[in-house]
Amino acid sequence: MTENHQDGNALAGPLQEIFAVDITAAIGRCVSCGLAGPVATLRVYHRAPGLVARCPGCGEVVLRLVRSTHCAWLDLTGTVSLQIPL
Amino acid sequence: MARAAVPGRLAGRLSWQSARLVEHRDETPTARTLVLEVLDWPGHLAGQHVDIRLTADDGYQAVRSYSLAAASDHHRIEVTVQRVPDGEVSPYLVDVFSLGDTVEVRGPLGGWFVWRPTERAPVLLVAGGAGIVPLMAMVRARSAAGSRVPFRLTYSVRTPQEGYYEEELHRLQHGETGVDVTYIFTRSTPKGFARPPGRIGIRDLETPNRSPDGQPICFVCGPTGFVELVAGTLVTMGYDPGRVKTERFGPSGG
Repeated sequence: MTENHQDGNALAGPLQEIFAVDITAAIGRCVSCGLAGPVATLRVYHRAPGLVARCPGCGEVVLRLVRSTHCAWLDLTGTVSLQIPL
Repeated sequence: MARAAVPGRLAGRLSWQSARLVEHRDETPTARTLVLEVLDWPGHLAGQHVDIRLTADDGYQAVRSYSLAAASDHHRIEVTVQRVPDGEVSPYLVDVFSLGDTVEVRGPLGGWFVWRPTERAPVLLVAGGAGIVPLMAMVRARSAAGSRVPFRLTYSVRTPQEGYYEEELHRLQHGETGVDVTYIFTRSTPKGFARPPGRIGIRDLETPNRSPDGQPICFVCGPTGFVELVAGTLVTMGYDPGRVKTERFGPSGG
């Protein structure tokens, strides 16, 4: 059991700077293993220049977010889709 | 001009707002509840959190996320802050931040680890240490809404001195409130406490509320190891993994 990660609930603030709806309740699907689950259940590593969210099933990176003073970089290469409750 | 107030708002881009300390209560020697007045607060759901931002004289900023501790109450929000030794933010909030002082906040945040008073299913809450905070918000939201949904709260703390909200939980424990409160002590117990000190296990979790209104929904909050142990145990016991919601406290840096 590692203690060096948080979970996707911690993405709520940073992502709500970008999106008009809460993304932590959205269902994301992992490119690597196909697991689908709430963004809130991802493993989030924050001791990095940005936030790195990994799939709880296979450990691959599904989302990265880097915030600078004037912009945000959002990398969703590891995410097939986000199903967002509206 | 204030935007329209939508209780429990889950949408909309965020902005930082000023929050003024109007009351504080010490929960333990190292944890303090802060009551903040936020004039433009849109309301929130139990389980949501708020980001707090401090700005130093030289412009350096630090942001930390805290669970909201109380039910939605107009302009007032509450957080309970545990002082993290050598932390950047928590020692200031616990020891220095005084009545009338301000910080910046943004929120409410998060739409997954939340309980709505309209829900009918029985609720199992399992807290480890400071993980009690969002679960206490759910207990308080239930009371505020007059909900009769059965709640069971299992609260694991190291020692009797480290529990938050002691008087309020004592009243719930001994009243006809529909909220069952059970403590687990992992290092030392009060005198005469039947369960020996030890880590939470299957026996501590094996009396779920069952009701015709459906399978219980479980909320588990605490340090990562605790949450993984409890969530894994609940799933082994037959709980639907989709109804076991978790929130882990990582090393936020205090």
